[in-house]
Amino acid sequence: MNFKHKFVFLFPGLFVLIGILIFPIIFTIRLSLSGWNSYTPEMNFIGITNYIRLFTDDPRFWESFFRLSFLSVTTVILQYIIGFALAMMVWRDIKFKRFFRVIFLIPMMTTPVIMTVIWRTFFHESLGPVNDLLGGLGVKPILWLSDPVIAKFTVIIVEVWQWTPFMFLLLLAGLLSLPKEPFLAAAIDGASPFRKFVYVTFPLMAPISIGAIIIRLIEASKIMDTVFVLTSGGPGTATETSSFYIYIKGLREFQMGYAATLSFTYLVIMIISLTIIAKVLTKLMIKE
Amino acid sequence: MKTIKTCVTALISALLVFSPVAYADKWSDQFPHIKNTGDIPGECSYEAMSKKNYKGKTLKINTHAVPVMGEPTALHAEQFAKLTGAKVDVTHTPAGDLYAKAMVPFQAGQAPYDIVFGFSNFINDWRRYLEPVPKKYVEMKQMQDVTPSHIGVASWDGVMYQFPVDGDRHYLKYRKDVIDNPEYQKKYKADTGKELKVPTTWKEYGEMAAYFNGWDWDGDGELEYGSAEVMKKDDLMYAAFYSRSAAYSKNPKTPGGFFFDLETMTPLINNPGFVEALTDWVAATKYVPPGGINFGLGDEIGSFGGGQTLFSFSWDDAFVAAMQPDSPINNQVGAAQLPGATKVWNRKTNSWDEGFNQAPFFVWGWAVGVAKKSKEHEMAFDYLCFFANEANHQADIGIGRFGVNPFRDADFQADVWTQIGWDKDIAQSYVDTLAQMEKSKNRVFPLRVPGTFEFNAALATAAAKALAGQLSPQAALDEAAKQWNDILNRVGKDNVRKAYAVGVAMEDNKQ
Repeated sequence: MNFKHKFVFLFPGLFVLIGILIFPIIFTIRLSLSGWNSYTPEMNFIGITNYIRLFTDDPRFWESFFRLSFLSVTTVILQYIIGFALAMMVWRDIKFKRFFRVIFLIPMMTTPVIMTVIWRTFFHESLGPVNDLLGGLGVKPILWLSDPVIAKFTVIIVEVWQWTPFMFLLLLAGLLSLPKEPFLAAAIDGASPFRKFVYVTFPLMAPISIGAIIIRLIEASKIMDTVFVLTSGGPGTATETSSFYIYIKGLREFQMGYAATLSFTYLVIMIISLTIIAKVLTKLMIKE
Repeated sequence: MKTIKTCVTALISALLVFSPVAYADKWSDQFPHIKNTGDIPGECSYEAMSKKNYKGKTLKINTHAVPVMGEPTALHAEQFAKLTGAKVDVTHTPAGDLYAKAMVPFQAGQAPYDIVFGFSNFINDWRRYLEPVPKKYVEMKQMQDVTPSHIGVASWDGVMYQFPVDGDRHYLKYRKDVIDNPEYQKKYKADTGKELKVPTTWKEYGEMAAYFNGWDWDGDGELEYGSAEVMKKDDLMYAAFYSRSAAYSKNPKTPGGFFFDLETMTPLINNPGFVEALTDWVAATKYVPPGGINFGLGDEIGSFGGGQTLFSFSWDDAFVAAMQPDSPINNQVGAAQLPGATKVWNRKTNSWDEGFNQAPFFVWGWAVGVAKKSKEHEMAFDYLCFFANEANHQADIGIGRFGVNPFRDADFQADVWTQIGWDKDIAQSYVDTLAQMEKSKNRVFPLRVPGTFEFNAALATAAAKALAGQLSPQAALDEAAKQWNDILNRVGKDNVRKAYAVGVAMEDNKQ
């Protein structure tokens, strides 16, 4: 086969790749070296001034990054535990199995922004039904959205509710694809359900679990809509995450050049940290 | 013959005499929004617009979310479409995104919207992308009634870029049925040793709000609270903070800047005056309704307008909402100027000047312009002119949720408000409050400089941190001042000074 023909076949894919991935990244890097903002709307060149500002004079970005790390790790761990438990439940032969499978998937099928508006109404401190219900039980109103610590957990509750079904779906698919032999062998050996889970199910599910956790971590690290609608990053900056902060700098304050710097730095950090996390998880969960 | 002549004359006379009525009815039948006044003749009246033909043309508008400003935009768009045959597409955008939604295409040289709504303090960043209002609109009758301060708001260097549709200022709203109640006055005196009256200082405001917080003082079976305020970051909370700061920091003895010292361009927002105001505001988190720290403008309107709090201060909307016939506190509210302070910071002597000080804050409000790159300038200005025509304006200002507030001399007449069901004394106190603010010589105007959005966002973030207990008031404002210096360095001190001087001249009564 003529070598040049290969390029002809590769070209459409390559073109798409350059168009939707490489060009935006290169453009972002170039933008990050400019001072584009509302009063100088041009792609001027200011060198690494924005990067110096980020690394020496912007604690808010780093605070938002560590807050994001806390929120995403916590939510994904909870989603994994709950999702695994639910998947195990409907994996077995229980009554109304199909019904439960559909029910558990409903949160994921809803629109996140709309559901967050509904959650915000639930958690409204003076008008929402949650505090009304608690009041009926004699519990004082809880500041779901106004207390800097509780607001973080409110965000976690909404995120876990919304995205646990995704974890459930992946883990259930994994459970359904497991070979039957190891379970038969464990049954013949008289293993208890607990030992069966620890020594058979969990190790067999490890590769799927790692995949599911990484996918969810990638998604959770972009958390934006929930924070935007539920708390707007408040109270103060208590629930501000990296993506929300980048949005504020770029599309609220119109510091496009600086927002590009934040975005690119954030991308690099995420690629490095997710690679490390994947390696660590593989080492911890997959025994050779 | 004589009889026929008489009949014809009588018929013609009757037609002439009653034609305005018939004319008014004709339009109010089709458009019930103006049922109280009917159409009012003018260059942009319903009658005048019905003679325009924009069939086959499309007008694209970006406005605020419903209801505040978004609802009247959509309503008048529908009416305009019916009258002129134009197709009008209205896009609704949250307040925090209005700036960027226009700026992104502006900077890219595009015009996806013919008309863009925003806040009047965007004028400095937006004006180079906006088409100046044509002379024929500037000189028309309906524009002659706009107050000089609102003509100034809409203009830069004498050129009008924004079409006046709204006029805003912050003032105090209070529950008349509580403050004027002799029983509560007696009880308050007995419990605190102080008089219960319309608060004239922020300290009095705080004391009364704290006293009336968390109990059912209007007997409706629900708990009521002290105050509803806009405390949510990114939801105009910076304006609420400036309102609270003005009394402590706008010293008539030290002209030359409220936000910056115009000579040195040193940010003043971390001086003891502002710190005192933020300290008061942090204390206010104890007397707002549960969740009040996250109240945006809509929440504030709903809370005070719905009878949940004793006080509120911000734009007219909450007051007008409270005065609507369907409000549970209709005709039970009062208006007064923003509270003052018993001391004001003097930045020249670096000490407090003792004595009463009060400074109204003119939060100019909604603004709207036509994109320079739009291909439908005439239709766009006709729409805006129609939006603000006298019949629409009179109907709009009586609906709290619309966010359309007085900006014409005619609006400052009590009769305008009694006609829509307000008690005479309330209407009078309302127009007197607005008029006094117009006359004040110690006013504060919003920051209208390059990078306004950055300055206000930095301030709002710092203030929000203090309200949430993340930083002390002094530390929060020091952080904001540092950021203001950084922004100044990025934008250029001289650029900011040049623009700021325009506002300072107005504050110092030199314009």
